[in-house]
Amino acid sequence: MAESEIHGHFIDGLPREVEYLMIGFSPSSIPLKQRWRTNGLSADFIADYLQTFFVGPREDRANGDVPIPVDSKNAVKYIANELLENAMKFHDDTHHYQTKIMFHLCRDKLVFQVVNTIDQTGKDKFVKFIQTLEHDDPYELYIRQMEANAQNDGSSHSGLGFLSMICDYSANLGWKFELIAKEPPVYAVTTMVSLDV
Amino acid sequence: MEITTEDYRVHYDPENATVTCRGSFLLSGSEEYAPILQLLNSAAEQQVNKLTLDLRELEFLNSSGINTLTKFVINVRNRQNLELTVLGYENIPWQVRLLKNLQRLMPSLVMQLE
Repeated sequence: MAESEIHGHFIDGLPREVEYLMIGFSPSSIPLKQRWRTNGLSADFIADYLQTFFVGPREDRANGDVPIPVDSKNAVKYIANELLENAMKFHDDTHHYQTKIMFHLCRDKLVFQVVNTIDQTGKDKFVKFIQTLEHDDPYELYIRQMEANAQNDGSSHSGLGFLSMICDYSANLGWKFELIAKEPPVYAVTTMVSLDV
Repeated sequence: MEITTEDYRVHYDPENATVTCRGSFLLSGSEEYAPILQLLNSAAEQQVNKLTLDLRELEFLNSSGINTLTKFVINVRNRQNLELTVLGYENIPWQVRLLKNLQRLMPSLVMQLE
């Protein structure tokens, strides 16, 4: 049994009897630059697939003070794309571990999960970011991060994607880290994003 | 000034003082977004009073793209002399939300929803 560590809203063990879609790939099989294009395509596919399940009239809410509705195709595409981008950017490809994106449609929520591997440094940085998220007001953090990014030109990971999921799409985020190799340590990290429907 | 690729087009029209973005912005980070940011910033430098950013035909924007537009808006805000109007469609929720977020960063930004 692997040692595991959980943060945020993580649902361990989703019901089996739900609609789901899973896409798996090996990030190292083709160069990242070529692979990048598939993020948008996969995200589009997931979003189109889901549209079938949203039936009935939709309320168009033009008020920017409310989050972006879950049934807008953009919400699903945005989240799927961000998760795929992150998995590729931060994947530790020294291990032949498949990156997977899973998408579950439960009775009252949509759940996205991405699994990829990271090394110890990556994990430590990630946990530090998650702890900041848990302690600060996400919206303030979002605006603060935008201001900070404008100050420096570095392309370091800012967490803006996660913050926009929380602030703009009312998403709940959770993570599970599992130690899969000890020397040197490698972790499989599952990022879970859920949207209430 | 113009950047055209298979996925998007960014075009600056000096006569109408407008930068128009179309298509999907799905680039992988600040480095790849640099030419777009540069085009936006040079358009802002060339205009004395007003500039319009037309995002109506922008279909998709990833978080690095949000970051790019944010940097541009903060740059315009810090100059303090340019009136910036951003156009979006009111029936596209993510555009409305984006415009509101940009306005929070620059309260004088004029948000025009159609």
